[in-house]
Amino acid sequence: MDLTRTLTATPALALHGVAKAFGGTPVLRGIDLDIREGEFLSLVGSSGCGKSTLLRIIAGLETQDRGTLEIAGRDVTDVDPSDRNLAMVFQSYALYPHMTVRENIATPLRMRRLPGAARLPLIGRLVPNQSDTRAGIDAAVREAAEVLQITPLLDRRPAQLSGGQRQRVALARALVRDPAAFLMDEPLSNLDAKLRAHMREELADLHARLGTTFVYVTHDQVEAMTMSNRIALMDAGEIAQLGTPSELYERPANLTVARFIGTPQMNVLPVEIAPGGTVMLFGRPTALAVRSAPGPATLGLRPEDLRLARTGWPAKVLRIEPHGADRYLTLELPGTGAGRLVLRQYAGAEVIPGDGQVHVDFAPERAHLFGADERRREVAQRAEQVA
Amino acid sequence: MTSLDLSPLATIPARQGSRRERRMMWRALAFVAPAALLMLAIYILPVLVLTGFSVTDYQLGALDWSVIGLGNFERAVSDPVFLRALVNTLIYAALVIPLGVGLALGIALLVHGTKRTRGLWEVAYFLPVTATLVAMATVWQFLLHPSLGPVNAAIRWLGFEPVAFLADPALLIPTMALMGIWQVLGFNMVLFLAGLTAIPKDLTEAARLDGAKSPVDRFLTVTWPMLGPTTMFVMVTTSISAFKVFEQVAVLTKGRQGSETLLYAIYLEGFEYAETGYAAALTLIFLALVLILSVGQTFKLDRKVHY
Amino acid sequence: MARFVPHLVLALGACVMLLPFYCMGLTAIRAPSEIFDISLWPIPEDFSAGRNFAKVEERVPMGRFMLNGVIVCAGILIVQVATAVPAAYALAKLKFPGKALFLALVVGALCVPMQALALPLFVGLAKAQLLNTYFALMAPFFLSVFAIFLFRQSFRSYPDEIIEAARLDGFSEFDICWRLVLRGSLPSLSAFAIFSVVAHWNDLYWPMIVVRDTALAPPPLGMLYFSDAESGADYGALMAGATLVTAPMVLCFLLARRQFIAGITMTGVK
Repeated sequence: MDLTRTLTATPALALHGVAKAFGGTPVLRGIDLDIREGEFLSLVGSSGCGKSTLLRIIAGLETQDRGTLEIAGRDVTDVDPSDRNLAMVFQSYALYPHMTVRENIATPLRMRRLPGAARLPLIGRLVPNQSDTRAGIDAAVREAAEVLQITPLLDRRPAQLSGGQRQRVALARALVRDPAAFLMDEPLSNLDAKLRAHMREELADLHARLGTTFVYVTHDQVEAMTMSNRIALMDAGEIAQLGTPSELYERPANLTVARFIGTPQMNVLPVEIAPGGTVMLFGRPTALAVRSAPGPATLGLRPEDLRLARTGWPAKVLRIEPHGADRYLTLELPGTGAGRLVLRQYAGAEVIPGDGQVHVDFAPERAHLFGADERRREVAQRAEQVA
Repeated sequence: MTSLDLSPLATIPARQGSRRERRMMWRALAFVAPAALLMLAIYILPVLVLTGFSVTDYQLGALDWSVIGLGNFERAVSDPVFLRALVNTLIYAALVIPLGVGLALGIALLVHGTKRTRGLWEVAYFLPVTATLVAMATVWQFLLHPSLGPVNAAIRWLGFEPVAFLADPALLIPTMALMGIWQVLGFNMVLFLAGLTAIPKDLTEAARLDGAKSPVDRFLTVTWPMLGPTTMFVMVTTSISAFKVFEQVAVLTKGRQGSETLLYAIYLEGFEYAETGYAAALTLIFLALVLILSVGQTFKLDRKVHY
Repeated sequence: MARFVPHLVLALGACVMLLPFYCMGLTAIRAPSEIFDISLWPIPEDFSAGRNFAKVEERVPMGRFMLNGVIVCAGILIVQVATAVPAAYALAKLKFPGKALFLALVVGALCVPMQALALPLFVGLAKAQLLNTYFALMAPFFLSVFAIFLFRQSFRSYPDEIIEAARLDGFSEFDICWRLVLRGSLPSLSAFAIFSVVAHWNDLYWPMIVVRDTALAPPPLGMLYFSDAESGADYGALMAGATLVTAPMVLCFLLARRQFIAGITMTGVK
């Protein structure tokens, strides 16, 4: 990818205050988002968060109630979907069942390059002076099929293809005409787990090769984390956080983001901020301090940031779940009333005593603290650590 | 050794099973028996008897009759009345099929695009389907009356000569076709609406993004090909019902002025003139025409599975 | 603007579609003297509905025709359901010799229009001295191969496990068929009932063949007698008669639009 291009001022797609309601229920509450030229941006969130509606507004299939949308600096609010030069891959792939793979891929070019009369069935062939155009379309179709390795399938119909093959045809139909951006609406959700992992890799390769802007909607945070340059995590019609995958993982802006990103989920524990700022976990001071009014707060700890220690909080191991190189320990903290914790460690770590009684501690520099409003609070490590 | 030991053990449950199965089989046969007997009495015997009649000169009530082979069919192909009825029916079908299907498709496309008023249009266009055609043919007779009818009043008001819809022999079949189209439109519209609803929304949206900007482009790219099976079905049902045209003739002309249709000619020969043998031959020709169309429909139903 | 064009076109078309109904109703309540008044103003100068409808009853026994229609439609429907439901259940869920042949006969019979069988059926009824009876009006329709086919399709989706569980619980096959499986197909049953009643209420061909006695005529045949007898003189009374014949089905349609459309068009959708 050409890095200088990503730094240019005009974004590929720019949304300002886009809002949409269906029958009085707000679905999008004023989205501001700049999508950079050539980046792979994922819109991720649980179902009903508005991500698909946002994508459909970008495509022009829905009209926003308020706000504007620009493509390459041009306001396209009143531009028909067919004139936005965007390609979309649908969750259902939306292949035309009556056309062969070749005709499916050719459709966007036929619509754009051939005059109306030449597109008519049967008599369209009689329109003169189109042979060059038709040859050009044929060549483009062959090239797109080559890229997605579906050349042997060109004369089949969608009904004769497997799920993965249909997926490739849908991609070929999208990339055949060199669009301003690719829009993808959960394109991998109809594939089985193995094929999905494989297509993830292929999509990332395709993006690297084409260097075109990708806007990718998914509810699967793994897809978003593995393929994206940036992620916009949506919640209840708003963007909860926009950033690179590692920013979302390392510095989640609020509890929703913290819980959504990462498997197994981040452990959350209720804590108390004592006067003076020390963070108290179940009545014991931690190594963390915060500049904030006293009161309740939430401590977030990723499974890999928990560790077994000689000192710390007494815990009981309920279950050991081997995952090859790693293992997950399910713990409870007796007498605290807190939910279960998951701890992730190397499979070859120390032996757990037979009665499961251990002590658990955490890496203070990797802890996340969220205030009563569920927003991230910056923490400092206290100088004198309590043993 | 082992096989000797096992064989009695193996046969006992099998025999029990077969006894139970046989009991179930008798029950099933009892369930089917009434329908099967009626099938014999209403379909199988009549078809055999009909075929038998068609090669005789039997007349209902006559005491003696003889087998005349294909004589009735030879008579049919040289019978001016029957040939006229056949031509009339074909003209009727040639008017009702394209207009009854084409207009219904147009209406269905328009109705499909509406939201809140859809129920209203469904009622308005479907109402003639439920109405008794005999009664409505009488109403049409009044509407098209040369001096009393509102239609001719409107034509006169526009400054034209009144049209003798029901007196001019050349206009009789087209007038009957008009009523046929009026009645079949709503039926076909509902079938097309069902077909349109079954087209995935994704396809139309994909076509929009693929550059199909005008509704005509989207119709040609997605709607029309996806409606293929529905259109085929509507064509077949419309043509079968067109070949059965009868009520309009019975009410409006009783076959006068050369306006017989196939079914009316059969009715006259078989039930008015008691020419049973000859009418049976005509019925077989009628049945053959309908069966050709029906087989086309079955063939099409198989194709539908592809999509 | 472009949004209103489809509505405008549809409204114009709807006017043409509904014009016969409107004129029928209007003429039925107008006095004969107003017959030359070609205006479509809905309020007649002289409200003559009473006179027109009385005239109908005076000329032909319209009430009797309607009653005949009810008797014939009900008789046909009851026998059709009583024979088709068990046959369809056996085809869908039971094994018996000749099953494939029977199914093939059902599908084959679907293609044969009733009009093609009228001649031998008429001769048979004539030989049996059964013409001019309710039985003759109903008999050819006692077997509905369409009902068998439709119910079979619908019954096939009923879960086998429930049928097996019911057998273990001591249900008879009769109970399973009528109480369990049919209950799962009530939409098909109501759709078929509407289809059957509309078809036979409106049928003219067969009654015209087997009935010569006015007292047995169903509404369409009665209407034909009436219009032949009037020969165009008294349109007020004619339209009143047409209104009476058409009204039951039209009213039922207006009351149960969805079921009606499903019933009449299910031949196409299924």
